[in-house]
Amino acid sequence: MIKTLHAFRPLHAFRLFLAGLLASLALGAHAQLSIEITGTGASRFPVIIPIFENEGRLPQSVTDVVRADLERSGLFTLIDTGPLPMPESVPPDLAAVRGRGADAVLTGSLIPMADGRYDVRFRLFDAHKQQELGAMSLPMSPAQNRLVGHRIADFVYEKLTGLPGYFATRIAYVIKSGPNFELQVADADGMNAATALRSREPIISPSWSPDGQRLAYVSFEQKKPIVYVHTLATGQRRVVANFKGSNSAPSWSPDGSQLAVVLTKDGQSQLYAIGADGSGVRRLAQSSGIDTEPFWGADGHIYFTSDRGGSPQIYRIPAGGGSAQRVSFEGNYNVSPRLSFDGKLLAFITRNAGRFQVAVQDVATRQTTILTDSARDESPSFAPNGRMILYATDTGGRGVLSAVSTDGRIRQRLTVQAADVREPAWGPQIR
Amino acid sequence: MKKLVLPALLALTLAACSSTGPENGAASVQDRGAGVATVTAGSASGSGIAALTDPNNILSKRSVFFDFDSFVIKQEARALVEAHARFLVQNPQMNMLVQGNTDERGSREYNLALGQKRADVVKQALMLLGAKESQIESVSLGEEKPRCEDRTENCYAENRRGDMLYTGEF
Repeated sequence: MIKTLHAFRPLHAFRLFLAGLLASLALGAHAQLSIEITGTGASRFPVIIPIFENEGRLPQSVTDVVRADLERSGLFTLIDTGPLPMPESVPPDLAAVRGRGADAVLTGSLIPMADGRYDVRFRLFDAHKQQELGAMSLPMSPAQNRLVGHRIADFVYEKLTGLPGYFATRIAYVIKSGPNFELQVADADGMNAATALRSREPIISPSWSPDGQRLAYVSFEQKKPIVYVHTLATGQRRVVANFKGSNSAPSWSPDGSQLAVVLTKDGQSQLYAIGADGSGVRRLAQSSGIDTEPFWGADGHIYFTSDRGGSPQIYRIPAGGGSAQRVSFEGNYNVSPRLSFDGKLLAFITRNAGRFQVAVQDVATRQTTILTDSARDESPSFAPNGRMILYATDTGGRGVLSAVSTDGRIRQRLTVQAADVREPAWGPQIR
Repeated sequence: MKKLVLPALLALTLAACSSTGPENGAASVQDRGAGVATVTAGSASGSGIAALTDPNNILSKRSVFFDFDSFVIKQEARALVEAHARFLVQNPQMNMLVQGNTDERGSREYNLALGQKRADVVKQALMLLGAKESQIESVSLGEEKPRCEDRTENCYAENRRGDMLYTGEF
């Protein structure tokens, strides 16, 4: 379904928007996310990514994908050098690169292989230090242009920023269109959207398994909230928690063997751990109030929302058991905690003068910053490298997804034509 | 009572069938063995008995409304809760699902927990009036099934409620 999109090569600025529009027209229910950049980094890194040698033999471009990824990250400016490739085997003229105002250049070639595939070879150069930053080779079939493009963009991003890239990752989200709900999975650039579950009843709280193959979520298809685990490739679903009362808020343990969930089988909403196959339920914490929204952090703590102190605040407990420690202190409504993969930052939603906004806390210093100026933010979710936070918000009464960098500078908006998008979850980095 | 139980069983059976079979026409996402197969979820639905749907009977009314940030049954809902408790006592074979709801403001999962508190309050009131614990399941729909979708105080008030559903209706 991506092929038709690339038949059009309009002005760069409109490409993502058009791709989304065309896709939603052509695919109907398979509505595509379109991404609009609404804010960029303070200083962007100027780079040249020429077309790769022999790239014209592919039905779809690879370097278009690389350029779009880097541009969308808000950290790079792409300098156009026209249609001439700079082959990987030829050392680039770095003085000329500097002359164009670029700090780095990626050279590349596609070498045909006997089995019909190509060996994609590329090298990245720092034009000022006049040194090679790295080289790589990836075999690809002609249809793998997007995946390979994302991998190359990850390589460039990591070499130039020092942080791992997040372009070859996937996101999950829920679309509500009239009375219909769809749990969808798309590439991080909004392309390749596919529907995992279609339902007439709500679907909330998708959570990615650490291996990126399964989603846990809450579905109301049986007129009550029940937690399912859904294997994406096969569509196989398993009921993991269907106890008397409500079952909700799944979050995977970092090793993928268990889920933290919220059950009401013993009274109010309380935290439990349960095997990913639905076995062996055990209580994680005990309170006289509401405990919900567990997030099982890679730091061995489970972060959660509790109103045990009167107002909803964020607490954490050691996953192995122990006493709860309060984590949020400012304001009287702090909910939906999510820890970055490196454990350094905690994202959550805070109510600030009646507005629900994305905040981020430096776990070590407790310093908290509000990152957005919107009013109905929900469900924050970190990119695997901890640099961006994806969340649901609202513009003009319609649900959209937005992403903001943890320094608040880079902003993107992801929309689907004529539908509400909500409940985003950024998937893990699969190496 | 056979009249009642049969459609309920049928609905459950249908739901079980439709929620497990993956559809054809799966779209592939990426070639690392990670395509996405589309599944269509089933749902349960059924019908009640005459007294429960007769608009002249108080039992046809099913909603208990709550004030903002409140989990207390108001005086005006007393008669309704009493009538349903009486019905449950007189019909011990009937089961009830109480669904708690909230307005849309705030976190979905936290609202789910708040909706649960409302459903629990209704369940406890019914039990105090003689209904058996085993007859009633209290669950929450949180903010997910608003009856009214405008962002007005009236609308929010309509969405802050507990709904009582009988066997065959859920």
